[in-house]
Amino acid sequence: MADPIIISASPHVHSDRTSKRVMYDVLYALIPAFLVSIYVFGINALILTSVAVISCIVFEYLIQKYLLKTEIAIADGSALITGILLAFNLPSNLPIWMIIIGAFIAIGVAKLSFGGLGYNIFNPALVGRVFLLVCFPVQMTSWPIAVENYLSLDAVTGETTLGIIKEGLMYGETMTTISEKIPSVMELLLGITSGSAGEMSALALLLGGLFLIVRKVITWHIPVTILVTMAVMTGVFWLVNPELYANPLIHILSGGAILGAFYMATDLVTSPMTKKGMVIFAIGIAIITVVIRLFGAYPEGVSFAILIMNAFVPLIDKYFKPRRFGNKIKSKIM
Amino acid sequence: MLKTFPKGGIHPAENKITSSKAIKRMPVPKVVYVPIAQHIGIPSEIIVDRKDKVEIGQVIAKSGGFVSSNIHSPVAGTVTKLDMIVDTSGYKKQCIVIRTDVKNESNFEVQDFPLKKEITMGQKDILKHITDSGIVGLGGATFPSHVKLDLKNDNKVDCLIINGVECEPYLTADHRLMLERADEIIVGIQILMHALHINEAVIGIENNKKDAVKALKRAGQSDKRIKVAALQVKYPQGSEKQLIKAILKREVPKGGLPMDVGVIVHNVGTIFSIYLAVQYDQPLIERVVTVTGKKIENASNFWVKIGTPIKDLVAEVGGLPEGTRKIVNGGPMMGKAIKNTDVPVTKGTSGILVISEDEASRQDPKNCIRCGHCVFVCPMGLEPHLLMNLSEKGLYERAASEDIMTCIECGSCSYVCPSHRPLLDYIRFGKSIIKKLNTAKN
Amino acid sequence: MSDSVLYSVFLLVSLGIIAAIVLYVVSKKFYVYEDPLIGEVDDILPAANCGGCGSPGCKAFAEKLVNTEDISELFCPVGGNDVMKQVSAILGKEVAEQDPTVAVLLCQGACEVRPKTTLYQGPRTCAISAMVYGGETDCQYGCLGDGDCVAVCDFDAMCMDENTGLPVIITDKCTSCGACVKACPRDIIEMRPRNKRDLKIFVGCLNQDKAGIAKKACDVACIGCSKCEDICPKDAVIMTDTLAYIDPIACTLCRKCVEVCPTHSIIETNFPPKKVKKPKEDKPKVEKQAIKKVTVANTNVESEKPKTDA
Repeated sequence: MADPIIISASPHVHSDRTSKRVMYDVLYALIPAFLVSIYVFGINALILTSVAVISCIVFEYLIQKYLLKTEIAIADGSALITGILLAFNLPSNLPIWMIIIGAFIAIGVAKLSFGGLGYNIFNPALVGRVFLLVCFPVQMTSWPIAVENYLSLDAVTGETTLGIIKEGLMYGETMTTISEKIPSVMELLLGITSGSAGEMSALALLLGGLFLIVRKVITWHIPVTILVTMAVMTGVFWLVNPELYANPLIHILSGGAILGAFYMATDLVTSPMTKKGMVIFAIGIAIITVVIRLFGAYPEGVSFAILIMNAFVPLIDKYFKPRRFGNKIKSKIM
Repeated sequence: MLKTFPKGGIHPAENKITSSKAIKRMPVPKVVYVPIAQHIGIPSEIIVDRKDKVEIGQVIAKSGGFVSSNIHSPVAGTVTKLDMIVDTSGYKKQCIVIRTDVKNESNFEVQDFPLKKEITMGQKDILKHITDSGIVGLGGATFPSHVKLDLKNDNKVDCLIINGVECEPYLTADHRLMLERADEIIVGIQILMHALHINEAVIGIENNKKDAVKALKRAGQSDKRIKVAALQVKYPQGSEKQLIKAILKREVPKGGLPMDVGVIVHNVGTIFSIYLAVQYDQPLIERVVTVTGKKIENASNFWVKIGTPIKDLVAEVGGLPEGTRKIVNGGPMMGKAIKNTDVPVTKGTSGILVISEDEASRQDPKNCIRCGHCVFVCPMGLEPHLLMNLSEKGLYERAASEDIMTCIECGSCSYVCPSHRPLLDYIRFGKSIIKKLNTAKN
Repeated sequence: MSDSVLYSVFLLVSLGIIAAIVLYVVSKKFYVYEDPLIGEVDDILPAANCGGCGSPGCKAFAEKLVNTEDISELFCPVGGNDVMKQVSAILGKEVAEQDPTVAVLLCQGACEVRPKTTLYQGPRTCAISAMVYGGETDCQYGCLGDGDCVAVCDFDAMCMDENTGLPVIITDKCTSCGACVKACPRDIIEMRPRNKRDLKIFVGCLNQDKAGIAKKACDVACIGCSKCEDICPKDAVIMTDTLAYIDPIACTLCRKCVEVCPTHSIIETNFPPKKVKKPKEDKPKVEKQAIKKVTVANTNVESEKPKTDA
């Protein structure tokens, strides 16, 4: 007999849902947003994304091969996704060497030094972005303005929607006057605005997010809770004083809220594993984001909020357990 | 919206290839191998010796205690030896080898057992017949049935649930039995209701067996106490606790039994053997077995004598196809892989599944990506990823406090894990260690 | 300027004083008396914390030794008689001497002589694969080869031999703590007395199947022929129906049984080669290799080490 009979414990069948498929589903989900960003930022977006992806993969390969001397796991697609998500969180006109530094921090520091895929506490792409934001605040906050500059490499830079609002409010302007300077809700939805490469079109991001939920890669709990909590919180402030606080729709559609809610916060590794935990996690992100946006120094706070809540994930997992079957109920004798 | 249990569950590909194949009768095997540990509990005690002549249905091993069961000779013949052979557990166990007497005609008579509706026996007689006939749970758990029916404690049972769910992929033994023997099953239910003074019975059937639902509704229409519940298709609905939750919305407390919520659950196969035992005094010597597999030529359902070597069954459906890498006793989710086809059919064998090369191999486990799907699908509300880690690291006490012992070993977690982690393997291991520690403590 | 220096010096000094007072009070208030003997005994013990004595660690064992009246039943297998004598001197209690022991593997079912008939897939630990079934070979009594014993050995005294698929006990390093004995789900590791020059004779098989079945599963299985029992001048061989066992106390290491064993399941280690070499010719080659490997592993510890599969 050539091949012996295989013995293993049950179950003897497996669903076709594999790590690889999960990773590639995330990849597919990012395609619409990527196309929009190429449309808006032209060749710059393409360069940014490819540099980020290639350097992420190369760093993972080099570190695993020469430093850790472990099995090389670039085939699982996780470095690829980290690269794309990192690129989506950066301004498209960032110098290439900065992108490479960001990729190194994301892969080398945030992911592999914790033990690789599955062991990292913080979302690697966000760690990379926040590192760059703190180190190079000027370059990281001068966003190219979304004019149809397909092939030009020197784009005009400007501020993001939330940046304009924050600055305007600081100089004592009211929302009514500011609202003339910022893009309309429709423009935000379609992506004719300035900002980081991937956060352009809320519509494209929503489309991909929906795909992820349909494919059961993520559940609706985190994104929906984040957006609803943010809407409720900013809504309350807006109702109290619409001249001082922006409309909740603006908050939700700008500043990477949708990108964060659907792609960054839902990162499987760095989010809680129970549905209860996910809701708590998402509420935390929303509250911190809104607090940073309304009262903090930064106009946008999603990345910080997610990273802060990432740190709480082990705690959330410990205290928000699924309801055990048959637990804490008295036997009902009929 | 059809009823189902609320938490967790999966829906693996059904692959019920044999659902339209009527139950055929297997030819009587030349030699039968009857293990003495076919049920949960104490193994039976052998009461025959080498060279003894045995009649069909004669007790050859008697119950070794309360949680035990009689074993009857499935054929008339001669005991050739008492040997150790590998059974479904993968270990050599004591078994009685009987050579069929080809000249004895009782071996080849096919008894028809016409429908007999009148229940003439009293309560005690019924229970005695069930005990003596060696009936165990035929759904796969092989728990001696008389133990479930022994209502000495104060628990009042008000509902009898009949498990016709058959949520395991591939298997169709119960499905065919419900279709072909609907009337008998209804009488069997009436017998139990009569014996236990229960006035309500619900037959739970998953909705992928619409014909069985119809058949049982028709057969049971004259008896208003018996209802048929069509359930949403979801694994593991055939588990007692999940089935009770699905049908009655009652939740069996942790560490408790269905009796604690006033319910008794029996499999349809068990009900049919109870019918035969009570109405015709027939012991449990044969059962329905589905022999199936994607590459099996004539996959079908069979009436098989207990103790028939699986190779006889495989030969009956056209032999092992080329490239067979795994043979499973039971369904693909909870069945046990067996070493070779010499293993005999026991009371718990609901199917033989032959898996070929492309699906037999497990993939190498990778890192946990914390996707949480094992948590979502666990019908018991456990965290399999955590339990696996705890038992891998030897933190058994913490695993016990995370309710590892309530795991029903349905395998949903291992089924969905995208990293192919052997979650259930480790959970089962942790459970066995904790069981050992607990017995050591007492 | 000088003010701020003064302030900081003053602040730090006062902080130091407060902390000192707190520490003093706490150490007085929560002082726990410990018998100084425990420390002394603990210092003598090997500090391996292997648990071979039955206590969870050396400190716990020291406490037990000090607090127990009669310590003749307590023994530190790692330290052996020397350590126990010192303990006895300190505590003034009687200790019982025990003969030193060493772990031996009662299975020589290497891949070549015991063919694998199935392939196990799942976590590669003996404990889990033993739960699933009787093992990849047809012998359900022998070594599973997944190295649970190697994993628990705290003293690097075991390694897996890649060629045979069996663990190897490096006798020089074995401290007879017994961790491997407990870890083995098959109970194929036995603690046997350590003889001079590490001479050992034992039946390297636990297969309880009948002769034919056992022999089919493994070429070197004990088939229970009782030839060794017949030839043994000291009645050291204990026979069950299908299996021989050599009582290490009665055995005088005369090696008569080794020669008569038809399946070569009796193992001798570290004996000088016999003068008469003739009868060994017809031994199957693989078998000879298997035995040699054990001997080699026992003597050349270092050369075996790199093979270790961690």
